[in-house]
Amino acid sequence: MKKVMVGNHAVAWGVRLARVEVISAYPITPQTQVVEKLSEMCADGTLPARFIKVESEHSAMAAVIGASAAGVRAFTASSSHGLLYMHEMLHWAGGSRLPIVMVNVNRSVGAPWNIWTDQNDSLSQRDTGWVQLYCETNQEVVDTTIVAFKLAESLNVPVMLMLDGFYLSHTAEPVDVPDQELVDRFLPKRVATYKLDTEQPHAFGALVKPDAYMEMRWMQQEAFRQVPEALAGIEQDWARMFGRSYGAIESYRADDAELLLVTSGTVTSTARAVVDARRGNGEKIGLLKIKMFRPFPTALVRDALRGVPRVAVLDRNVSPGHGGIFAEELRSALYDLPDAERPELFGFVLGLGGRDITPAVIDEIIEQTRAGTVPSREDLWVGVNP
Amino acid sequence: MRELRLHGRGGQGTVIASKLLAVALFLEGREVQSFPMFGVERRGSPVTAFLRVDDQPLKLRCEIQAPDELIVLDPTLIGTTDITTGLKPGGRILINTELAPEDFPQLLERAHVSTIDATGIAVRHGLGGRAQPIVNTAILGAYAADTGSITVASMINAIKEEVPIQIDANIAAAKEAMSAVRHAPMGSTAEVTRV
Repeated sequence: MKKVMVGNHAVAWGVRLARVEVISAYPITPQTQVVEKLSEMCADGTLPARFIKVESEHSAMAAVIGASAAGVRAFTASSSHGLLYMHEMLHWAGGSRLPIVMVNVNRSVGAPWNIWTDQNDSLSQRDTGWVQLYCETNQEVVDTTIVAFKLAESLNVPVMLMLDGFYLSHTAEPVDVPDQELVDRFLPKRVATYKLDTEQPHAFGALVKPDAYMEMRWMQQEAFRQVPEALAGIEQDWARMFGRSYGAIESYRADDAELLLVTSGTVTSTARAVVDARRGNGEKIGLLKIKMFRPFPTALVRDALRGVPRVAVLDRNVSPGHGGIFAEELRSALYDLPDAERPELFGFVLGLGGRDITPAVIDEIIEQTRAGTVPSREDLWVGVNP
Repeated sequence: MRELRLHGRGGQGTVIASKLLAVALFLEGREVQSFPMFGVERRGSPVTAFLRVDDQPLKLRCEIQAPDELIVLDPTLIGTTDITTGLKPGGRILINTELAPEDFPQLLERAHVSTIDATGIAVRHGLGGRAQPIVNTAILGAYAADTGSITVASMINAIKEEVPIQIDANIAAAKEAMSAVRHAPMGSTAEVTRV
């Protein structure tokens, strides 16, 4: 069944189809419609979940941590300052290895106040022990919401999925809503490995002394190491049943490319249009989309970029005093390639606080990368009027 | 690909109008993408919404700077804001007004102009109040007839899917608008086209 819907409603449909049992969330622009739609679905019975109203995002995450520890499927959603208010609890969910799925609608962080999109909110939560997946279309949002639960529950890791504020959250486009019976077969009811149970008591997150804490972090790292392969397997099942898959990364028209654009989120779509136009002119330009940021798909990225002469990384985020965050990850990933196979990497910071990224902006990045006028270690800020 | 921009005022349902058009065009087999001007809305202040339509899957995900068509839900915006900013030469403008297209000679110099009294139609069918009529469905009917891009069946199905209340009145308003829309091609003058 195809329906025209905004990204925020695609999230709600994904949650409904995944038969989530407990939701706790606090509204914040531009995520509010997620909470509205889920409340409606809970109220009219189309989603028979318990919706726990709370006074803050910190409490929302605490509530879903409790629910998940009790063995049920739990969900929350936030954005920007709301996500940052959850920060302490994000670590708690990650360290407790609870398979919570949350959606973060990417919005810049104040000061100054700004409600428009960039990725600094979620990227600043990089080290909290959550898988991070960045979506490009509303179809990918609904599919990934369901896939995320399967991934989370198969490895006991929480998964955060991102959609760009307004560019997806408030943009309506056709979405093929997956069939409930098929989703039920793909994602059966959660069976928790460990849960709060008075018959079989367990403690979650109790005091662990130096003799064991490090082993628990190591186990978390081992779980993360398995994420790329687990996601590939789960997506294979999804593709067999629904005919669509996305991958941790995706190469687009990258064969024999002399220049590859590297993107994440909705910029990817506009960049595809630019690549199509350039390929139409016979130019050897392609695209690498990075969907998974944590764990960083180092091996996949290295294979995709090996031997490509020049790479332009588009970062809708910035680490102040350093540069674009995806560009830094890529430099690190490519470091141990032999010199002859290591691309020249050009980093670009753009689109912060919702500044529009048009084909003309991407064309400019292509020209600057070709001309090679960019300093190799300092990312170039695009379209800034100082 | 065709790109549309809708102009209205906060509370008038401009964003919903763009979604309603998107659904109707989607039911005609088109690829669609509808979005508001990104930001915050205030009741009564100028509001814009956007729509992309194509036969191919849409790739662009950026703002629309040079639309092919405009839909103006509130005629008081003409003159107080430059609604034609970026409009491609030879584009189309559909205006909610009691006036005829020839009453907008400056717009006719650069665009095809159509008019529909969507407010009058909405009031006659009891859609919203007289102070705050809901003109979405009349605009949809006028656009369908004016462009020939939406069939009656898709128009009705879009209303059934998107409009939660007064479905029959909304369908009647859209149908009335289909036959009431007036059109003048670019370059027309009052002397030539008015009978």
